[in-house]
Amino acid sequence: MSKIHVTTRINGDEAEFLCDAEETLLDVLRDHLNLTGAKEGCASGDCGACSVTLNGRLVCSCLVLGAEADGAEIATIEGMASGEKLHVLQQKFLDHAALQCGICTPGILIAAKSLLEKNPDPSETEVRYWLAGNLCRCTGYDKIINAVIDAAAEMRKV
Amino acid sequence: MQYAAPTTTEEAARLLASNPKAARVLAGGTDLLVQIRAGMIAPDLLVDIKKINGIRDITAEGGGYRIGAAVSGAELGEHAGVVAMWPGVVEAVELIGSTQVQGRCTMAGNLCNASPAADSVPALVAADAVARIVGPRGERNVAVLDIPRGVGKTSLEAGEFITSIYLPKRPDRASDAYLRFIPRTEMDIAVCSAGVSLTLDSKGIITEARVALGAVAPTVLLVSEAAKALIGHKPDDATLAALGKACSDACKPIDDKRGTIEFRRDVVAVLAGRAARIACQRAGGSL
Ligand SMILES: Cc1cc2nc3c(=O)[nH]c(=O)nc-3n(C[C@H](O)[C@H](O)[C@H](O)COP(=O)(O)OP(=O)(O)OC[C@H]3O[C@@H](n4cnc5c(N)ncnc54)[C@H](O)[C@@H]3O)c2cc1C
Ligand code: FES
Ligand code: FES
Repeated sequence: MSKIHVTTRINGDEAEFLCDAEETLLDVLRDHLNLTGAKEGCASGDCGACSVTLNGRLVCSCLVLGAEADGAEIATIEGMASGEKLHVLQQKFLDHAALQCGICTPGILIAAKSLLEKNPDPSETEVRYWLAGNLCRCTGYDKIINAVIDAAAEMRKV
Repeated sequence: MQYAAPTTTEEAARLLASNPKAARVLAGGTDLLVQIRAGMIAPDLLVDIKKINGIRDITAEGGGYRIGAAVSGAELGEHAGVVAMWPGVVEAVELIGSTQVQGRCTMAGNLCNASPAADSVPALVAADAVARIVGPRGERNVAVLDIPRGVGKTSLEAGEFITSIYLPKRPDRASDAYLRFIPRTEMDIAVCSAGVSLTLDSKGIITEARVALGAVAPTVLLVSEAAKALIGHKPDDATLAALGKACSDACKPIDDKRGTIEFRRDVVAVLAGRAARIACQRAGGSL
C-alpha cells in the first residue's frame, strides 16, 4: 500500500517523512526520525511517557497518527534545552533528584513546560492534577512536584 | 488501513458512505486508536474530520452555543461563554482523561463511542443538547438522548456522522452540574454519575428540571420521576430524598469490579442530590 507523505515542523525545523496509516506519531518520531526522547510506556494514553505538544496542545503521541502531523507544529523533549544549556525545568529535575530510571522524565518535562506556559504560578494541587496523566513508577511524585514548583518560581524571576 | 482528511462535510460523508462497514470517523482518537491498537476493531479507512472547515468552531446561535464535533475538551473549557452558560456540561467534559487526553477528546466522540460510563453524555442529556448529523440523506437534528442505543451502539446510520452538538439557550436563574463517583481522584471511569439541569423562579423554587444518570444502565437514563421530585420545591432534604429515591428506582445497574448493584443504586442517589444542590447554587438560589 502506498505510504502517506507528511510535511511538518518539529522543534521549529521542517521535517518530512513517509508513513503507513497505522503508524502513530510516536512510532514516526522514534522509528523514522530518530527522536527517541518520547517513550512508549503503555501505547494506550494512560502513562504520558510519549507526551509531546501538537499545535501547542499537550497530547499523547501514541494517540495521534503520524498522518495527522501534516501541516502541524510539534514540540518534543529534544527541543527543550538550548544547545548545552538545560531548560530551568531540566536543571531543577537534576537538583531535586526528581527521576530514577528516567523513563517518565521526558514526558513529564514536556507536560510541566506546557503547564507553566499556561499558568506560571500553579499551586501544588494544580501541578498534581495537570500531571495526573504522567505516571512514574519510581519516585513517588513528591520530588517531581517540588521540582516543578521550584522551576516555576525561578522562571517567574526572569 | 487508509487515512483521509477531507475538508468538507460532503466529502467526509461520501467517504464514509463509500465504505460504510469498514470506514470509521476519527475525531480525537482517544477511544478509536486505543481500540485499533488492542485489535478490537480493524477499520479499512479512517476519515479524520478535524480538517473539515468550521468543525473546530464554537458559535453563538439562537441564544445558545453550537459546538463543532472536533472541538477538544481543552478548547471547550477555555470558552468563557459556554463555561458561563453550561458549567455542568463543561465540568463533565473536563473529567475525561488527563491533560493530554483533554487536548484531543471530543464530546461527539465520547457520545459515539457509546460507553455507558461516558462522562459528557449525562450532562448533555440533562442539558437537552441536540446533535446535528450529516449523511447520505442530508442533514438531521437528533436529541443526544436518542443517539446511544446500547453498549457501543448508536442510532447513526451507515455513512452518517455528527458535525456539531447544540447547547440550547437557557433562561436567567438556570444552571447545571455533573458529578461522578470514582475511587481515585483522577484518571478513572465512572462507577456511576449524575447530571442535573434546572431553572429557578425568583423565590428559588425549581420550575424546570432534567436529571440524567450514567453508568447505571446500558445507556444514559433520563429520569422524569426525578425531575418531578424537584419541580415545585427548593432543594431541601425532603426534596433531595425524593429525588434520590426516584434515581435509585430508575437505575438498572450491573455488578462489576468497579461497583456492586447496591452500591451504584445508593451512590447515584447521593450524586443526583449533590448535583441538584450545586446547580441550584449556580442558578443563584439559596439552600
Ligand atoms: C487515558 C484515557 C482516559 C480516559 N478517561 C475517560 C473518562 O474519564 N471519561 C470518559 O467518558 N472517557 C474517557 N476516556 C475515553 C475517551 O477519551 C472519550 O470517550 C473521548 O471523549 C472520545 O473522544 P474522541 O474525540 O477521542 O473520539 P474518537 O476516539 O476519535 O472516536 C470515538 C468513537 O466515536 C466515533 N466518532 C468520533 N467522532 C464522531 C462523529 N463526529 N460522528 C460519528 N462518530 C464519531 C469514532 O468512529 C469512534 O468509534 C479516556 C480515554 C483515555 C485514553
Ligand atoms: S505511551 Fe502514550 S500514554 Fe503511555
Ligand atoms: S523515574 Fe522511573 S518511571 Fe519515573
